[in-house]
Amino acid sequence: MQRFIAKRALQSLLAIWVMSLIVFTLVRVTGNPLDVMLPLEAGPEDYARVSKHWGLDQPVYVQYAIFLGKAVQGDFGNSWKWHGHSAMGLVWQRLPATLQLAGFALLVSVVIALPVGVLSAVMKGTVWDTVAKVIALLGQSLPAFWLGIVLMWIFAVNLGWFPTSGRGGIQYMILPAITLGWFQVAAIMRLVRSSMLEVLDSEFVKLSRIKGLAEWKVVWKHCLRNAAIAPLTFFAIIAGVLMTGSVVTESVFSWPGTGLLVVDAVRARDFQVVQAVVIVFAGIFILTNLLVDILYAYLDPRIRYQ
Amino acid sequence: MATVTARTLPWYAPPRVAHAWRRVKRYPVVSLSILTFVLVIPAVFAQYVAPYDPLKGSLAKRLRPPAWQQGGSIEHPLGTDKLGRDILSRMIHGARVSLMVSMVAIFVGGTLGTALGLTSGYFGGRVDSLLMRLVDISLSLPTILLALVLVAAVGPSFSTVIIVLVVLLWARYARLVRGETLAIKERDFIARARVAGASHVRIMTRYIFPNVVNSLLVLATLQVGYVILLESALSFLGAGLPRPTPAWGLMIADGRELIVTAWWVSMFPGLAIMLTVLSLNLLGDWLRDHLDPKLRHV
Repeated sequence: MQRFIAKRALQSLLAIWVMSLIVFTLVRVTGNPLDVMLPLEAGPEDYARVSKHWGLDQPVYVQYAIFLGKAVQGDFGNSWKWHGHSAMGLVWQRLPATLQLAGFALLVSVVIALPVGVLSAVMKGTVWDTVAKVIALLGQSLPAFWLGIVLMWIFAVNLGWFPTSGRGGIQYMILPAITLGWFQVAAIMRLVRSSMLEVLDSEFVKLSRIKGLAEWKVVWKHCLRNAAIAPLTFFAIIAGVLMTGSVVTESVFSWPGTGLLVVDAVRARDFQVVQAVVIVFAGIFILTNLLVDILYAYLDPRIRYQ
Repeated sequence: MATVTARTLPWYAPPRVAHAWRRVKRYPVVSLSILTFVLVIPAVFAQYVAPYDPLKGSLAKRLRPPAWQQGGSIEHPLGTDKLGRDILSRMIHGARVSLMVSMVAIFVGGTLGTALGLTSGYFGGRVDSLLMRLVDISLSLPTILLALVLVAAVGPSFSTVIIVLVVLLWARYARLVRGETLAIKERDFIARARVAGASHVRIMTRYIFPNVVNSLLVLATLQVGYVILLESALSFLGAGLPRPTPAWGLMIADGRELIVTAWWVSMFPGLAIMLTVLSLNLLGDWLRDHLDPKLRHV
């Protein structure tokens, strides 16, 4: 187990390092790095300042050492678009909004996916099963950003139930959370369905039925508790996906989180902010993947020895 | 004595319609026809089918609603956008853009991944373990972010989008082909080919490759839909194709701020994406079941 964790942790570090390498080289292979780092309207003193900050007058390997040293400390330079803010400071400032939205989206997707998944397994081959199939199929084929716009058009513009965009009370969160969570609904549902089918077929379920337990108790208490293990470990993956998915959803609903920050930064060519967000997100994404793998290996010993 | 079944009874004839329907059901007719009408015909014959130039509009005719709404006319059946460009024409040309991007990206990414997977699986050893680490890492990179950095550094263009997509796609093919190669290279006919004096390159291209084509085809089909979704998401974020390309994702982005006044600008391109991706997924599932059932979990 320790060997497994060590191996996977090393691999994750490597992945983050590759990401930083990609960011570093991208800026430098495309010509003068200052042209990438600075927007068009920057003056000569901006060039001098940024050049000094990143040590651009030195050889490439020294530049990389400077970059890496600063990155480890969380220093990605100052934002161009948002004056007086460091890139990393902006990320920390926006992160809570993103986490809030992602958490709520996770909740929404579980609330939809769990009952439908269970019902489609219990009533295999009935209408519920078909409903589940349709949801799964739509989950794979609806573009999230378009779904967001459609929901906004129906529920905010035409029915006026929710505000169109921005951040505030819970009513601001519902449409973005559905948009962000929708993609996950299909995934969770399929997972719940298949593991429920497996559990429903096992001996202890037969026993509890023979004992005369009420059917709803068999299904919702005994089966679900056992079937939930596989989807539970999946949640960490979803958490990672939700983080990156927030980029799209936040820009549809103008949700003031990190996702919107990075899109605005790309539009304003604020490269310092872009690289900060990308490295932080990549770190979160890769670390959640690592956590899942460890959790899996802990729950299922077969994986450790593969 | 002849067995009596429903078929041999003279008065029984299976209903023609039901019979025909059963034959039809064996093929994914619905998804194939949606694909033909929404994606293939518009993409191939864009300049003949589209009623207007997708890039030219007249400001006098801006934001016309679709024909069935008040103020709409049959001139622009799906309405016009804020620059007075015909939505239908832009969607038809958008089909070409989507198809082109996904075909090129999948072809390049698939070729690269297949070549690396074949080499890696066939030779094994150090090259193999290095390559598989690279695959693991590349599969664990967050997609959209990678694209955003690249676009922030290089600027949005057709080739940037292709590069992003290839970087994201190659690993799947490499992993798939490597796995299959590992199994195939142990088979007898490979050993015989070696004895007969076939070179490594020949064995890989003429003996192993034909045996992985089915799996490749299934994966590629399943990925067309994914790539179209990804490309439109990137374009929507301003990290994909540059304006004024008539890309579906860009059209939806244009309609985002007009949602209160002109819903049709973003609604129709979104429908096109949904129908295309939906039928591509159905088609891919069907192909998988028929060509390569063991790919269920890919």
